[in-house]
Amino acid sequence: MATRRVRFTFEGDAVKEPVIYLVGHEFDVVTNIRMADVEHDFGWVVLELDGDHDEIDRALAWVEDKGVRVDPVAGDVVES
Amino acid sequence: MTYATCLACRECDREFPLDPLHVCDFCFGPLEVAYDEDRIQSKVTRERIESGPRSIWRYIDFLPVDEDFIVDLNVGWTPLLKADRLADRLGMRELWIKNDTCNPSWSFKDRVVAVASSRARQMGFKTLACASTGNLANSVSAHAARAGMEAIVFIPHDLEAGKVLGSAVYNPTIVSVNGSYDDVNRLCSELADNRQWAFVNINVRPYYAEGSRTLAYEVAEQLGWRAPRQVVAPMASGSLFTKIHKGFQEFQQYGLIEETPVRMIGAQAEGCSPITTAWRNETTNIRPVKPNTIAKSLAIGNPADGYYALKVMKRTDGGSTAVTDPEVVEGIRMLAECEGVFAETAGGVTIAGLRQAIEMGQVDPDETTVAFITGGGLKTADAVVEHVTQPIPVEGTLQSFEDAFAEAPQAVGVGG
Repeated sequence: MATRRVRFTFEGDAVKEPVIYLVGHEFDVVTNIRMADVEHDFGWVVLELDGDHDEIDRALAWVEDKGVRVDPVAGDVVES
Repeated sequence: MTYATCLACRECDREFPLDPLHVCDFCFGPLEVAYDEDRIQSKVTRERIESGPRSIWRYIDFLPVDEDFIVDLNVGWTPLLKADRLADRLGMRELWIKNDTCNPSWSFKDRVVAVASSRARQMGFKTLACASTGNLANSVSAHAARAGMEAIVFIPHDLEAGKVLGSAVYNPTIVSVNGSYDDVNRLCSELADNRQWAFVNINVRPYYAEGSRTLAYEVAEQLGWRAPRQVVAPMASGSLFTKIHKGFQEFQQYGLIEETPVRMIGAQAEGCSPITTAWRNETTNIRPVKPNTIAKSLAIGNPADGYYALKVMKRTDGGSTAVTDPEVVEGIRMLAECEGVFAETAGGVTIAGLRQAIEMGQVDPDETTVAFITGGGLKTADAVVEHVTQPIPVEGTLQSFEDAFAEAPQAVGVGG
């Protein structure tokens, strides 16, 4: 089992999609939202994902395919 | 002994021990070092600071490190230059340049890495790590060498060989990640959770960030124990910007300088300006971007501290600028030609951002202003190589020289 802390960023129509609900349905992953701020055409959600490591990877790839940006919770860590 | 007492969440104020942690377990907000302010207040004086070493360690009372664990490359106490010629060019009365190109690995990253590596040593780590495309990797590799620690540096696979050299010379382990920039981000975030390594800007980030405050301390001391009225600083993650502000606030709080409002102005390159865009749109929601600018050292598309940088701007009646790549080059040239300081592209962003801030009324040209130059120009020489003075070709004869020199428009001393 693994735990991953991530930040989803939604823009445009992706805001209206029940992406997090579907992650829980389509994958064997438990989602746990900790912080969020959603406006009509933009929003972000910080959440924790629990599950098998590979299953989390598959879930996150699916989320990205939906047009949602996925980042580590601490933002970009690659610095100059 | 350090006066740091705990890590505190910037969102929910929950407290955690001084461990290698960077986000709050409850709300996932960022953690920040908290100090015993009463003890600092009872200890620090101008005289005590002035009698300290000519490096960031003269401010050890404000840093989360015990003296026995310091990794000392003599970082900091860099020059604060009164920039009269550049001030004239920009129509300003009093401009100062904080020249952090003079650090051991030629960038301000030495300040943050000095604190992170010292704290990592204190916490028992044997390995320093980071993901970087340049300055940070150079500094981590240098500090690990100095401390006798291992270093492991993660770089994108397509990084130019020249940029790797500044780290490779210190003999770290260099891992070239075959993937996108986002893949490197993700891999290192996962590794930081799973390995006993001190990733300086991930699991020991709260300590790392503290080093930036020394920039403000030095400026205040070098100005004769006073804060400037205005500051222009480059923004990547936004951490440096917020910590400079915090540094001035702390010196005021402890009575080391008078209480003076310091207006904070941030500078970004247009090709990666998520913080400035949010400022202009009057929102605190930062939309991540894909960077596309020559100012690589500021190319953070998803800035961790952007929200806090926006709060600082608002609280200080400050502002935020975004400049084009040609303006960045012009900024580098202006600084070099007027003041003899060769900055990397981030410095060009700062100077061009300063000019834009004056034009937009964010900076008052009559007030004392400090511009922060955070890295040396040889790191990004490619950005300006096409835009600088070219040699005058001559044969080895006097006649050839006189002929060519008379025709060269930029030649110094022609006719005089």
